Amino acid sequence: MLSDLLDAVRAGQNLRVTGGGSKPGLGHAVAGQALSVSCLRTVISYEPAELILVAQPGLPLEELKALLSTHGQALAFDPPDLGPLYGQPAGGGTLGGVVATGLSGPGRVKAGAVRDHVLGMTAIAGDGRVFRSGGKVVKNVTGFDLPKLLTGAHGTLGIMTEIVVKVLPSPPVSKTLVLAGIEGAEATRALADALGSAAEVGAAAFTPSYLPLDGLLPDRTPCVLLRLDGVAVSVAERLSALEQLLHGRAAMAVLAGDESTMLWAWLRDAAPLAERPELDVWRLSVPPMAGMGVLSTIRAAIPRAIGWLDWGGGLIWLGLPGGMADAGASVVRGALGGDGHATLMRAPDAVKALVPVFQPLPGPLAALTARVKAQFDPAGILNPGLMGM
Amino acid sequence: MPTMPTPDPAALSKRADLLRRLREAVPGGVIADEASLRAYDTDALSAYRQMPMLVTLPRNTAEVAAILRICHAMGVKVVPRGAGTGLSGGALPLADGVLLVLTKLSRILEIDYDNRAVVVQSGVTNLAISQAVDERGFYYAPDPSSQIACSIGGNVAENSGGVHCLKYGVTANNLLGIEVVTMEGEVLRLGGKHLDSGHYDLLGVMTGSEGLLGVVTEVTVRIRPKPALARALLVGFDRTVDAGDAVAAIIAAGIIPAGMEMMDRPAIHAAEDFVKAGYPRDVDALLIVELDGPAAEVDALIAQVATITTAHHGRPPRLSNSESERLAFWAGRKAAFPAVGRISPDYMCMDGTIPRKALPEVLSRMAAMEGEYGLRVANVFHAGDGNLHPLILFDANKPGELEKVEAFGAAILRLCVAVGGVLTGEHGVGIEKRDLMPDQFTADDLEQQTRLKCAFDPDSLLNPGKLFPTLHRCADSGWMQVAGGRLPFPDLPRF
Repeated sequence: MLSDLLDAVRAGQNLRVTGGGSKPGLGHAVAGQALSVSCLRTVISYEPAELILVAQPGLPLEELKALLSTHGQALAFDPPDLGPLYGQPAGGGTLGGVVATGLSGPGRVKAGAVRDHVLGMTAIAGDGRVFRSGGKVVKNVTGFDLPKLLTGAHGTLGIMTEIVVKVLPSPPVSKTLVLAGIEGAEATRALADALGSAAEVGAAAFTPSYLPLDGLLPDRTPCVLLRLDGVAVSVAERLSALEQLLHGRAAMAVLAGDESTMLWAWLRDAAPLAERPELDVWRLSVPPMAGMGVLSTIRAAIPRAIGWLDWGGGLIWLGLPGGMADAGASVVRGALGGDGHATLMRAPDAVKALVPVFQPLPGPLAALTARVKAQFDPAGILNPGLMGM
Repeated sequence: MPTMPTPDPAALSKRADLLRRLREAVPGGVIADEASLRAYDTDALSAYRQMPMLVTLPRNTAEVAAILRICHAMGVKVVPRGAGTGLSGGALPLADGVLLVLTKLSRILEIDYDNRAVVVQSGVTNLAISQAVDERGFYYAPDPSSQIACSIGGNVAENSGGVHCLKYGVTANNLLGIEVVTMEGEVLRLGGKHLDSGHYDLLGVMTGSEGLLGVVTEVTVRIRPKPALARALLVGFDRTVDAGDAVAAIIAAGIIPAGMEMMDRPAIHAAEDFVKAGYPRDVDALLIVELDGPAAEVDALIAQVATITTAHHGRPPRLSNSESERLAFWAGRKAAFPAVGRISPDYMCMDGTIPRKALPEVLSRMAAMEGEYGLRVANVFHAGDGNLHPLILFDANKPGELEKVEAFGAAILRLCVAVGGVLTGEHGVGIEKRDLMPDQFTADDLEQQTRLKCAFDPDSLLNPGKLFPTLHRCADSGWMQVAGGRLPFPDLPRF
């Protein structure tokens, strides 16, 4: 009940706020009374022709997706299901968890991020005040855009009680062009050329030869994967344009239907790392052209590292052998080169007690961030320490 | 007329000292004489005017930081200003404040096609970015109607939209990073060429913050490859309600057009009289739908849109078969504001957003209000995203008429909020809609926004008096009157 949440906040004790509990190991350990929003799971309104859905944060993601699909719509930012990465069952995520963690899937490269689809919200601030920001229309510049700030804030700025999301038509057809046997600079070039073309590539990834591929792709072969989404005639035309553009650079094959869907779900949900619970897991955001080099630098220092590139090279999923005292932080963050950030997605609490999970901020930015936190949660009771403060 | 904070006598008394220090920090970049200051006394909401105490024209980030440090140390207010094309008075000067004009930060710093990013100083115009990358077939998607003149820094401050934002998003959705200077003069970098933030999304909340949180000096935007083809469809409807239903049906069919614009009868007539675009005069609503993308997709979808509009009692649609024909369809729409300017001495452009389904109700209630206020309205409408631009026609020379317009405009925006919409879709709150904020937000809603301001600018020196009806907590006190005036940038298209 909403009133229970309010009572809990107003009691002034430290709170460990959760949604579906599908990502329990994300962030620093929080000492506080557990408070779940999973009981707030109502769809308040859904108007397909307005492209708007309003729901409570505890709404299970699977229910939400099923509802949207009855109207041919979807969340275009392609939210990952990271439950299995944290040893939880698949399908346990909630809308609130997706928004609070701000994690977008492969579709982010074209469709935008979670924050681009969160239009408004109501939340409880740390001092128990309820505030609303944004709106229930797709175009709105009235007041500060607080929903952007709360998206990805891991519940440290407010407890969301109502979320307005923009939904979009789901593409009727998705196909994936696979370039097999291409790596290094050639792979980076292929990704850049494809994303820089008018083919409207909807997702773009690179999988190295050492990644176990579960039979989804040619074994022990580095691949560039380019997804095209849309109406059938459009996908066909763009596919042929892409094939022409990349002709002669690698062996090509096309995946359609379930094969294409499963491949992207597997990358989206970081399945190769979910299968290896002994690995420490990082997620890096870098300029797309830098991704391949950053991954190589890290593997040169830590040869048993595994990883792949998404977002045209801009996103790196990385698994490092467990047992390193800093979970590889000095190597990983040292490889970033000033433009980007690295989040330690999974590691033992003992390691996370020593290593910042979220990218450390330069002094003035850290000070500003702390001031922002204090203005939303003056006593610091909402997920204290989860984001490092 | 909205009241502004009362000038602080202490700040005014420091003018000579401030001028000396600013001239040292920004040699040749300070304006102090009354005749030159006059050019900066308004932005494009020219009904409101105010002379600034001083104007500074820094050439780089270091000078911006120096100006802010001086003003912060002396307790002097600062109003940032880009090209001054904003429609909500966000850059209206303060009598006791320094106007920080960013137009000299006009260099394109880097074009990075491989990362699909362009890095520019904040005074670069919106259109200049698209022009700079045109040779390689790229463009910057947000296209506010003032794009030939408006600065990208101003776009960040206002989170500007444009005709194509239904499909490609507004400024916030097309930004990768900014360099921003705080009121203390601290230079911060938010984002870069990578996606998403590693911590709080300060870039997201800076976007659209109307110059209250920081001064943007550098912007990294995402550029996109230009679509292979664009085609438009033009269709008239005898009844507005049918046009509204057709718009909903197009979206419900899973089609997101690049642009979807509606005009009502007075706007159609004004545009047709002005540019003779070939619009039908005997319809209540005109819809322009633009599709872009691969040729096969555009051809398939435009045929589907034609079927939908016909099923919703549209007249036989016209489909553009050439680029010149497509541009001709748009000519009337793009000339709608100046066309309305021809039939009325003055007009005030409103900017509410409503749920699309509320359109017929809002239009009929607005028509009733025309009688009530004795003023006419012409409507243009970004139908795809529900963003209304009612143009209230009036004559500023008639005593009392501006006040009537303000009251009528406020009533329209309250109506937008009442049907589930918002006060402003793309023009910003500024000074214009400031006092209506309590109609959309509760005291607690506004309190939280004000608190965010406190995190960035605890002394409330940066653009005070804008956005929030009252500045309690970190606010200064007092009020003042502002004088009225007229429209600058008469040649800019407004749509």
